[in-house]
Amino acid sequence: MSPAVNWPGIWAIFHHEMMRFFRTIMQSMLSPVISTTLYFVVFGAAIGGRIQSVEGVPYGAFIVPGLMMLTILQQSVSNASFGIYFPKFSGTIYEYLVSPVGWIEVTAGFVGAAAVKAMLIALVILATSFFFVGVHILHPFWMMAFLFLTALGFSLLGFIIGLWARSFEQLQLIPLMVITPLVFLGGAFYSASMLPPFWEAVAKLNPVLYLISGFRWAFFGLADVPVGVSLVAVAVMVVICFAIIRWIFATGWRLRE
Amino acid sequence: MTNIIEIDDLSKQYGSGTTALQGVSMEIAEGEIVALLGPNGAGKTTLISIICGLVVPTGGTVRVGGHDIRTDWRAARRLIGLVPQEIALEPFETVWNTVRFTRGLYGAGPDDAYLEQVLRSLALWDKRAAMTRELSGGMKRRVLIAKALSHQPRVLFLDEPTAGVDVALRREMWQVVEGLRRDGVTIILTTHYLEEAEEMADRIGVINRGELLLMKPKDDLMGEFGRKSLTIELDAPLTAVPKSVADRGLVLSEDGRAIRYDYDTRAERTGIARLLGDLAGEGVTVRDVSTRQSSLEEVFMTLVNEDRKAEDAA
Repeated sequence: MSPAVNWPGIWAIFHHEMMRFFRTIMQSMLSPVISTTLYFVVFGAAIGGRIQSVEGVPYGAFIVPGLMMLTILQQSVSNASFGIYFPKFSGTIYEYLVSPVGWIEVTAGFVGAAAVKAMLIALVILATSFFFVGVHILHPFWMMAFLFLTALGFSLLGFIIGLWARSFEQLQLIPLMVITPLVFLGGAFYSASMLPPFWEAVAKLNPVLYLISGFRWAFFGLADVPVGVSLVAVAVMVVICFAIIRWIFATGWRLRE
Repeated sequence: MTNIIEIDDLSKQYGSGTTALQGVSMEIAEGEIVALLGPNGAGKTTLISIICGLVVPTGGTVRVGGHDIRTDWRAARRLIGLVPQEIALEPFETVWNTVRFTRGLYGAGPDDAYLEQVLRSLALWDKRAAMTRELSGGMKRRVLIAKALSHQPRVLFLDEPTAGVDVALRREMWQVVEGLRRDGVTIILTTHYLEEAEEMADRIGVINRGELLLMKPKDDLMGEFGRKSLTIELDAPLTAVPKSVADRGLVLSEDGRAIRYDYDTRAERTGIARLLGDLAGEGVTVRDVSTRQSSLEEVFMTLVNEDRKAEDAA
């Protein structure tokens, strides 16, 4: 009898993906740290000096959760999408399709590695922020929980993008056209309550707002939307993504072509 | 000998309506080397792809080591190694890491001693730290074989192992297969190089237009379908074939020193003894005789043409 879950298979994929990350550790870590430092300089020091505080939180500290979210969303999507797209591009995808690993194991390996990489980078950014602003985290457990759930949700989304993409251009398209605007419009650098009522209602249609709001609540105890709603939003996203991935593997869409 | 692969009434029809395989049944014994022959698009790769899990069949069953490839796919796949037609390797990975990765993917625990043995047997041990993109074409193909063997499979599929490679490399590949045969690995290879099948296989299956036309031990196939020609070298040259034997389709060589006689090995009587007797009666002195069997290529073309004629007639 074969075991129900191929654990060594999951580990092989996870380890293989993590090794790629560590091979290019300087590029992987340095670029997000530099861009975050620039955000702190521009938004925290230059503009933040004029904004004083948002709902009692100094502006420099207020943007830390947003910046971490921005990073985690971008890194989760790009790591997971590249991770599965590259075997498709190089032709080595056949190995995953003929070996005794099911969709759940392949997903766990790739998405797990992408989420861990994104979380590592986000935590490095948090550490970087201590150099610029004093950040006190009110609910560390919930901060880590939101970090994990968001990394998981967007790594799953990235995985779907990688499965869907037929070219490197397509791979870049969704992060560029969809993810980045959603983060900037999702309250990374401001509170939705600062918007006029109409635009506040529009902003609440943006799923990323719920993630940033929940994450900011973990830091400062203030949120644009109830924390429970944020948790449900990210959980729903995870479930939908899993369902789509399962369908892709069951039908072989863009995988066995 | 136990059967490692049992295929029953396998068929594959694509959404476009194309029938890639129909009613294919075969059994392959453990330790056998089987060559699947057929022209491009005959269905050989589809058959391999179904057994390995790349393509889902429309009908029929496949069992590997007694495990159904659909209902007990994990156990079935653990027994299989696949060397694909196209060279597909991750370019920035070392030989050692890529082989270890595949072993892990198949759920096998680490066994560096075994992997070392595989790399050594494929003359890759010295290249273990090299990135796959730095290797020559022949080495890349050997890396693919090492990956396919990394989890100690009982069956190895080689899909067109020598497609597009030069003669020297093809010989090298045959030696690799010979080594695997000695280790007792069951090998199923597809090829459209008949020479390759003739060189390596114990049994040969001929596939054309999705159907398995036949599956026979190589020697039986050659004997059954092969025509032989007998060359009779003469002591003194002749100007013409003697009249008494002129009706047997003999061909006299240009210099008149040899007579060629084509005969069917399937015929009850080959007519050789009578021919030699008649020639002696005519006073022709024979210096030497030799026979030549028609190649598998000729056998193959005969089969495929017969199949085409049958199809046209129907």
